[in-house]
Amino acid sequence: MIRRLRAGLGAHPVPVFLAIFAALPLVTPYESLATQVLIYGLFALGFNMLYGYTGLLSFGHAAYWGLGAYGTGIVLAKLGVTSIWLGLASGLAFAAVGGTLIGFFCLRRRGIYFAMLTLAFAQLLYFVGFHLSDWTGGDDGLRGIPALPLALPGLTLSIDSPTAFYYFALAFVALAVASLKRILESPFGTVLQAIRENADRAAACGYDINRIKLLSFVFSALFTGLAGSLEALRLHVVPVESLFWTTSGQVVMMTLLGGAGTFFGPFVGAATFLVLEQQLSLVLESWPLVIGLIFMAFVLFLPKGIWGTLTGGTHYGH
Amino acid sequence: MFDITLPALAAQLFTGLVLGGIFVLLAIGLSLIFGLMTVVNFAHGSFFMLGAYFGFFLLGLSGSFWVALAVAPLMVGALGLLVERFLVRPLYSRTLDDPLLLTFALSLVLIETVRLLWGKIGLSFNPPPELAKAVNLGFSMFPLYRLFVIAVTAVVLLLVWLFLERTNLGLIIRAGSRDPLMVRALGIDFGRIRLLVFGIGTTLAGLAGVLAAPMRGVYADMGVTVVIESFVVIVIGGMGSLVGAVVAGLLIGELVSLTAYFAPKLAEIMVFIFMAVILLVRPSGLFGEAGLLE
Repeated sequence: MIRRLRAGLGAHPVPVFLAIFAALPLVTPYESLATQVLIYGLFALGFNMLYGYTGLLSFGHAAYWGLGAYGTGIVLAKLGVTSIWLGLASGLAFAAVGGTLIGFFCLRRRGIYFAMLTLAFAQLLYFVGFHLSDWTGGDDGLRGIPALPLALPGLTLSIDSPTAFYYFALAFVALAVASLKRILESPFGTVLQAIRENADRAAACGYDINRIKLLSFVFSALFTGLAGSLEALRLHVVPVESLFWTTSGQVVMMTLLGGAGTFFGPFVGAATFLVLEQQLSLVLESWPLVIGLIFMAFVLFLPKGIWGTLTGGTHYGH
Repeated sequence: MFDITLPALAAQLFTGLVLGGIFVLLAIGLSLIFGLMTVVNFAHGSFFMLGAYFGFFLLGLSGSFWVALAVAPLMVGALGLLVERFLVRPLYSRTLDDPLLLTFALSLVLIETVRLLWGKIGLSFNPPPELAKAVNLGFSMFPLYRLFVIAVTAVVLLLVWLFLERTNLGLIIRAGSRDPLMVRALGIDFGRIRLLVFGIGTTLAGLAGVLAAPMRGVYADMGVTVVIESFVVIVIGGMGSLVGAVVAGLLIGELVSLTAYFAPKLAEIMVFIFMAVILLVRPSGLFGEAGLLE
């Protein structure tokens, strides 16, 4: 079955993705789990674009997740805007500006410094979010994000019910999946993977690798910001922990559990992580301990992750 | 607008020195471990935290702060040896990211284990009675314990410096962080050197943890903010440079302490702004060589 799934996904990843996720709410125990898989899967997809495909390990992706969420939340809850489209656009704009600025600074150092710098800048944003409580709600989180209808040309849909919201989110996530496929198949995507394999050689071929890395960083921040924005619409609140280092760590774990550098690894990883979290937290108060141990075992013995191992990719897989 | 008096400012400078000392102890360990084995030890903050918890445990057991101060760092160092031998060593042949990912997960595991053993609520840790008083520095009263922390940091720094500069082992460590291949070619058992350096680094983190416990309390995630700030110290000082770690650690300590005095809300943020400025004007750090260890 895995082999057939693999062949189908390889040939037509986007339609197969749509088919699987259109049916997902029917098989999950409750709908919010399916929605979480979708949104966190998109978050991991954004992270994977940078780590899995460009070879840059960010330990601060909470920054763009949080910027997307606050960007949407502040416009809808504090400025009284009543268009869901403007809310989403604002979330994306926050994430893009943040990604460009932070990316510029972090890319001034190469290699392992990069991870530390991304972590440091995310922590900076966390403190800003914490202290700027007039706008962010500070420690209490940003509350009061209204449930707005979706205005399309000619009709207005309510996306208040869990099912409606799921398919609303699916439309955006599918769009993101299709864009990622398009990006990876473009010449730009090829250069990204060349940088991952050997940055010096890519530079020697005449590519301006810093500019390409920055562009990849911004795309990654955009995908991540969209995920954060959707999460704000789903929860109607933005907790300040959105910007906390644990959120950055969570997306790292999701992506690597699923398989970094594989197209569907992020969604497999997000689903695995969320189901594990949900099941473990029922029986065990210190469930992060178990997740931490599982993740350590993956780093040591299964670095390709679940999907990467099943599909037999290289360390990063394809 | 501000009530600035010279004595208060001087006391704040001393507080900055104490905080800077803690940063220096952590940053030196991180820098040694990174320099020699290109491992970014995310769990360094958790070893710091364990130092505080082991100290608390030993204080309860023996009733003596001095026993806790002497033994807790060694316990942390022993755990560090096990971590290097069984968890980090298998990853040397992999990419630089893998040890970072592993130590990140390890820090989650250590934090949760401590919560399981000692509970979720923070513990209080009193300074020893002989140090629990204030002394008159001439311009203001200052807690004796904090002066003690400054003194211990200075002594430990001197010892580390003597070890690295004046012993054969120190020479090997310095050579190993320049050119590990050549050191190995000279017939030196590099595996044992790595083990030793990981042990020293984690012991220093444990020491910083016991020293910090009476000043900031003991709680499970006390190491996380500190390790991120220590990363910043290393970025500013220049990775692999011990002088850089010392200077940047003290600078950051003073910066945090002074900002906390003038604009408390900005104290945590200033560290990162300072880092951004350094990245703009001197990307390789104050004492770093461009391109080294990248």
